[in-house]
Amino acid sequence: MTGLGKLGGRTWVVTAAALIVLIVVNAVLQHNFLEPSVVQSNLTTFLPLVLVAIGQTYVILGGDIDLSVGAIVALVNVVTVTVIAAFGGDGTAVVLGLMIGMGVGAGCGLLNGLIIAGLRFQPIVTTFATSIVFSGLALWVLPQAGLPVPEPYWRTYAGTILGVPTVYVIYLLAFLLAAFLAARPFMTRLKAVGGLRAAAFQTGLDLGRLRVSAFVLSGLYGAFASLCLTGETASGDPLMGQSLAMSAISAVVLGGTALAGGVGGTLGSVLGALVVGMIGSVIFFAGLPFEYQTLVQGLIILAALAGGVLVTRR
Amino acid sequence: MNRFVDLAKNPLLISSVAILALLVIGELVSPGFARGDQIVRLLTVSAILGIAAAGQNLVILGGREGIDLSIGAVISLGAVIAGNVMNGSDAAIPLAFAAACCAGFLIGLVNGLGVTYLRIPPLVMTLGMMGVIQGGLVVLSRGVPSGNAAPALMAFVNRSAFLGIPGILFVWAAIVVLMALMLKRTRFGWSIYAIGSNENAAVLTGLPARRIRVLLYGLAGLFGGFTGVCVIGYTGNSFISVGDQYVLPSVIAVVIGGTSLSGGAGSYTGTALGAIALILLQSVLTTLNLEFWGRQVIFGVTLLLLMLLYGRQARLRV
Repeated sequence: MTGLGKLGGRTWVVTAAALIVLIVVNAVLQHNFLEPSVVQSNLTTFLPLVLVAIGQTYVILGGDIDLSVGAIVALVNVVTVTVIAAFGGDGTAVVLGLMIGMGVGAGCGLLNGLIIAGLRFQPIVTTFATSIVFSGLALWVLPQAGLPVPEPYWRTYAGTILGVPTVYVIYLLAFLLAAFLAARPFMTRLKAVGGLRAAAFQTGLDLGRLRVSAFVLSGLYGAFASLCLTGETASGDPLMGQSLAMSAISAVVLGGTALAGGVGGTLGSVLGALVVGMIGSVIFFAGLPFEYQTLVQGLIILAALAGGVLVTRR
Repeated sequence: MNRFVDLAKNPLLISSVAILALLVIGELVSPGFARGDQIVRLLTVSAILGIAAAGQNLVILGGREGIDLSIGAVISLGAVIAGNVMNGSDAAIPLAFAAACCAGFLIGLVNGLGVTYLRIPPLVMTLGMMGVIQGGLVVLSRGVPSGNAAPALMAFVNRSAFLGIPGILFVWAAIVVLMALMLKRTRFGWSIYAIGSNENAAVLTGLPARRIRVLLYGLAGLFGGFTGVCVIGYTGNSFISVGDQYVLPSVIAVVIGGTSLSGGAGSYTGTALGAIALILLQSVLTTLNLEFWGRQVIFGVTLLLLMLLYGRQARLRV
């Protein structure tokens, strides 16, 4: 038990082990699983969840939670496709659409943060309420699914940049941003805020600004995820991303970040998101009867959550 | 002055004022909104949310970030079980209630064991349980809606039992009274507040905090199963995601009813008023002849405004 005890706060090691097991199982079930094209297609499928999970990590580390990120994904998607269509669908329109989309994501996060940190609202109920507002706005911008994005958009997303698949470039950018933030005092301070809020306040940390920044990051990563999903679906959908918020929370917890705040990191969440994605993949290819797939997936995720908590609890 | 401020921050008062204001607005927008039979219909819908919120209220009161996100899936499960047990036969109604409540209670106990003995955070435990139940429902029903409500159950929920009031409202009234008596007048009720506000102190006074919390989650599941039977009585038949719409509204009803999400303070009377206010708000917005998106936005903003009144956390600066 002492050996496992040393893992305290390092659940990501356990998650990484689980991920390796899943990769082996998958490779046995699907003989072409490790071929570059299959790897790329799987990683493309997992990308939105990975991004949302990274963003959610900051919010959870700060002791809050963001249930609205799924609605942010939908709102960013419909705003982006509408802006691109309104400006004629050429290169400038796409760039403008991407920038406005990111702005919308950051703005939604800012609103969440200001209400929760500034007005001292409860994060769970607040982000549920704002998610209703964001989904409403998404339906206002684009009442029905449709409105295709121009070809260069999804072609670039599925293609390569300087010989490297675009999806990998996005992974790299997301990791660089996460690594940059992990090395900044911001991360330590955020953990302090989530760990012992009153103590953090007494040491003079600007709690409000830190918590708002975490929500803005969640909104930004949500927007990032939305733009990727848009590259995959190549059209607007006001109901996009509904289950993302809940899956991302599972991924963050699987990655060893404590829901109570203060402990954890983005690396674990990335691994957690990959585990959630791979579980789905294993089940799909294991040849289970279709109606059992959801049940088995639910059981495995529950077992993984329980196992992770058990192994590392202090 | 202070007493006035205290009064103005009383959740029961705010919910009651909100309910009256919504009734007046509804009547102004569409005359006949506040007619007797309309109010009875609205109360029936509120009763279903209110009974679901009773379980939510108990786990939230018990503290330790208590919450039950699996309640929607338990409601669906209760509805599907009840529908298949009854299959249109009045004689099987008691059995349907028993089966749905037992299933809910057992699932709740598992949630409770995970939360207390395995120390899994409630949000995660119940979220995971939600996935498991949804998967189980797919297996049980093979994706095809099955089972339907017995005529007597539908009459119980939808038709007048006495003086134009359907039976479910009498049941809900009884639940409100029993919950108030249990929470304020029994040892068990007081121990819920005790473990919710300061678990260490409660344990030191000899309360079996873990066993109480397991029981609270069990009761939440039981209320969920019961709600499921009411839902199938209301709609006539069930589909496997019928309960999803109750998950977060049940939490909201508890919060606008004045129960603190950190546990240890609040009442079910407030939650019941919160459920009525929530259903009234939705109904007023429906009569407003707005497009769907507009209704959504106003609904979300109103929830935020309601929370501005008292759903706020303590200040750090003293």
